Amino acid sequence: MNPFAATVWHVMRKDLLIEVRSREILYTTLFFAVSCVLVFAFGFVREGRAVEDAAAGILWIAIAFSGTLALGRAFERERHNETLRALMLAPVERPAIYLGKLLGVLALLGAVQLVVVPLVAVMFQARLFAHPLLMLGLLAAGTTGFAAVGTLFAAMLVRARSRDVLLPVLLYPITIPVIIAGVRGTAALLQAEVDLPMARAWLSMLVFFDVVFITLALWTFEPVMTE
Amino acid sequence: MDFTSVTFTDVSRHFGRRRALSGVSFRCEAGEVVALLGPNGAGKSTLLAVASTLLEPTSGRVQYGEHTARSARARLRARIGLLGHELFVYPELSPSENLMFFARLYRVEDPDARVGAAIDRAGLTARRDDPVSGFSRGMRQRLALERALLHDPRLVLLDEPFTGLDDAGTVALRARLAALRDARRIVVVATHDLETVEPIVDRALVLQGGKLALIAPGPDPLRDRYRRACEPRAQAAQAPRES
Repeated sequence: MNPFAATVWHVMRKDLLIEVRSREILYTTLFFAVSCVLVFAFGFVREGRAVEDAAAGILWIAIAFSGTLALGRAFERERHNETLRALMLAPVERPAIYLGKLLGVLALLGAVQLVVVPLVAVMFQARLFAHPLLMLGLLAAGTTGFAAVGTLFAAMLVRARSRDVLLPVLLYPITIPVIIAGVRGTAALLQAEVDLPMARAWLSMLVFFDVVFITLALWTFEPVMTE
Repeated sequence: MDFTSVTFTDVSRHFGRRRALSGVSFRCEAGEVVALLGPNGAGKSTLLAVASTLLEPTSGRVQYGEHTARSARARLRARIGLLGHELFVYPELSPSENLMFFARLYRVEDPDARVGAAIDRAGLTARRDDPVSGFSRGMRQRLALERALLHDPRLVLLDEPFTGLDDAGTVALRARLAALRDARRIVVVATHDLETVEPIVDRALVLQGGKLALIAPGPDPLRDRYRRACEPRAQAAQAPRES
């Protein structure tokens, strides 16, 4: 394995190992996402019928909100014992640290989605599994774009006093295009007459956002982390 | 890459309007143990952070032999070991997992043997697989020291390394510092434990208000010389306020 990939792997593995031990982020994020879906289900489902397009919006709201929680906690851990400084001091390429952290967050959000997506499908009678590959693509690309920006901002804010307030304030305006693309792409798959070309178009848009956001994050991670 | 000296030339570091370091100049050579003394908030941790490349100076220059932090980057960081005031270890992981993680990041040769030896030196063999969160401060401190030295760095920067150590731990750490000097490492120790470090330090520097001064060698105990070095500066700092 080349040194860059090895660093990405070691950082991701370490984050997942810590999470397996503590299960802190997984449980809190999952609880938050499930609560979110249940509360919306009480509001948007009447006599067993959900409001049109509500499922797509609620699914992505649950992903975005729980993702914000996971991002904040993932870096709070690194701040607690200043281990982020230890990572910055290691003789590795700093963008590899960013990618390792990003993959760790994505793995956690993937685990949350394993529960949340079927829950939304059941509560809103949404056919989320009718086109599984396209749905999987939208979820993967949307979550990656959201987490790519979030990981960079969470790392930048790790030493800021009001980081818990600042993270969503900075993150949501930048990731609005990702969330809109995710919602519209999912809605195209859930409507009465499934619009596959539209869903593919939104998926392409998400992939484009991912490429842009990850490239920018890899490029800026080292300067923004230099004190 | 390697180096045998570290040179600070007129280094200043500001945090907003606060000057943590002001025109600091000094040089350390391989095979030297240097004590960095000073009251709380004097800038000792900032100086160590600048020396470790974690902080960039606002002005001035830090040279590692012929290299600078900007010119050598990761290759230079591979030769620096820092024990911070916070311990840089993951409490959820065990000592062996913590050390193995850093051994892999630093790409040390034969990581299994190095980690095993480090755990033995830290006296944590019996608890090598227990989570660090259940350890006492002294045990964590010993682990953190081994983490800082795992990759055999040339420049060893230790911030309050005696914190939480019992008598045996203190004696072992002093022996370790002496061994590092014999191995021609550059060791800088920021501490308030003057009596503890006195037998092993070659030179002592005092930081006060971000400014650095050498404590003159002499037959008097280090604490007396430190107090004498601090007095004129404390008086100078008070004079404008009184006038």
